[in-house]
Amino acid sequence: MAVHETTNAPGTGAARTPNRGLRWLRRNIVAMAGLATLGYLILPNIVVMVFSFNKPNGRFNYQWQRFSTDAWSDPCGVADLCGSLGLSLQLALWATIGATVLGTMIAFALARYRFRARAGVNTLIFLPMAMPEVVMAASLATLFLNMGIQFGFWTILIAHIMFCLSFVVTAVKARVMSMDPRLEQAAQDLYASPVQTFLRVTLPIAAPGIAAGALLSFALSFDDFIITNFNAGSTVTFPMFVWGSAQRGTPVQINVIGTAMFLVAVLCVLAGQLAGNRRKRSKRS
Amino acid sequence: MTTTATPAPPDGRSEAAPPVLRKTPARKRLVPYWLLLPGILWLIVFFAAPLVYQASTSIQTGSLEEGFKVTWHVATYWDALGEYWPQFIRSMGYAAVATVLCLVLGYPLAYLIAFKAGRWRNVVMILVIAPFFTSFLIRTLAWKTILADGGPVVGLLNSLHVLDVTSWLGVTEGHRVLATPLAVVCGLTYNFLPFMVLPLYTSLERIDPRLHEAAGDLYARPSTTFRRVTFPLSMPGVVAGTLLTFIPAAGDYINAELLGSTDQKMIGNVIQSQFLRVLDYPTAAALSFILMAAILAMVTFYIRKSGTEDLV
Repeated sequence: MAVHETTNAPGTGAARTPNRGLRWLRRNIVAMAGLATLGYLILPNIVVMVFSFNKPNGRFNYQWQRFSTDAWSDPCGVADLCGSLGLSLQLALWATIGATVLGTMIAFALARYRFRARAGVNTLIFLPMAMPEVVMAASLATLFLNMGIQFGFWTILIAHIMFCLSFVVTAVKARVMSMDPRLEQAAQDLYASPVQTFLRVTLPIAAPGIAAGALLSFALSFDDFIITNFNAGSTVTFPMFVWGSAQRGTPVQINVIGTAMFLVAVLCVLAGQLAGNRRKRSKRS
Repeated sequence: MTTTATPAPPDGRSEAAPPVLRKTPARKRLVPYWLLLPGILWLIVFFAAPLVYQASTSIQTGSLEEGFKVTWHVATYWDALGEYWPQFIRSMGYAAVATVLCLVLGYPLAYLIAFKAGRWRNVVMILVIAPFFTSFLIRTLAWKTILADGGPVVGLLNSLHVLDVTSWLGVTEGHRVLATPLAVVCGLTYNFLPFMVLPLYTSLERIDPRLHEAAGDLYARPSTTFRRVTFPLSMPGVVAGTLLTFIPAAGDYINAELLGSTDQKMIGNVIQSQFLRVLDYPTAAALSFILMAAILAMVTFYIRKSGTEDLV
């Protein structure tokens, strides 16, 4: 199609732009734009980190005053902050367990079996992901209100499992679908019972998908604000605490916890990578 | 597993011992339904049923003291739209601009990770995902610091007279960025950028690099290769990314609340305040129904148009 533009072929292009800097720029412009975007993504994290060492004058931690490690030495120094953090971690843990179990079961049913109402099930899984959170949040809260259910820990947990489910199903289903069915047949040919086949072959292969779904659930649940905002009543999760503090005054401790979570997560990912690399290397040798 | 359609093994063993479960017993046939039951029930009770409740609430009238009754008061919809159409239009506009910005900013980054990062790929990938680990509310508040009135960003934009141009365009006001449409769109773009980058990266990574070499061998310029080979092949990622960005952005109220002023309120803000502060449940229900219908219609149309129905 583009053969008629032979004068601009790679190679001859160099003669057209004798300027070396310009040529370098042309070759790397995409990479530079990508790095700029990366900077845009990282900048707020750096700001959060820097401002965790701030000592603000007023109630709001938006302007740099002077360096201090006060907040780091007393991360729970603000009333209700660590309580809300613990509650969020607890919620995220239970929501992850619930959503991962229910979602993995659905994913196996979808990937492995033929059954009626398949299209309906697929739609029901897809819709929560294609729905603005505020719509789900308001309608679920309407249900709870109509049923006269007290808002609190349980209503939040129910909501979190509900919106995490679809993501687990998607992650696990993709993994199970891409799995070679002959492996299970081989196991059965070797006289493995269905239970053995499942535990020794199917589950280990599906494990990365399940882990991905579980991690995603944890992150989504821990960081959820909109759905929690509608269904929490007077219960305060960590995001709700941050939201409230944006109105009342932002303690530096918020930044400390944000930074700590960021560092812990990055370290975990790095450690996982290193362990993975080492395993790969030891397998090869 | 009860897959009976396996090809006969080469040895004669299977002749003597046919698969035990030729006819699947009823107990086995019910397995998928038992697997589906708890999760699907959960979604029906806590996702589908609430939407029906929502629909019935939207046509109720009444007050908090006397309780609400279904009176088929469809006028709630007209009243809600009549009063809040500016927020509605604004939401769609902001979400659309943020989605386009995410695509423009996210594409080079996804391209960088997929083709140029080499052994830095994992590091860059971690840096894209890492922001997720700090609560997004904290990060959105950080934009308040970055875009603060006396801050370096606003100072730089002022000295370059960028803010004069944006004020003229009507996206900022005076010599500040906070509490203007620009700040809200900037926050939306920032918050949903990873949702654009990750699907883009997934689809770019699948492209066979030999296709690029082939295009080069056929004397295609890099730009032509991109236009004719790379971009069309990354379409599934573009569609998935734009949906994952647009849908949450259209219903968002956090950025408008934290970075905007009362003039930047979006439809999510209205629903939130009607539901949690004004306690006017019918109006909140009607508004969220309109939002849901609009978004589902747009998504369906968009998926049909882009011809990637198998995506979902």
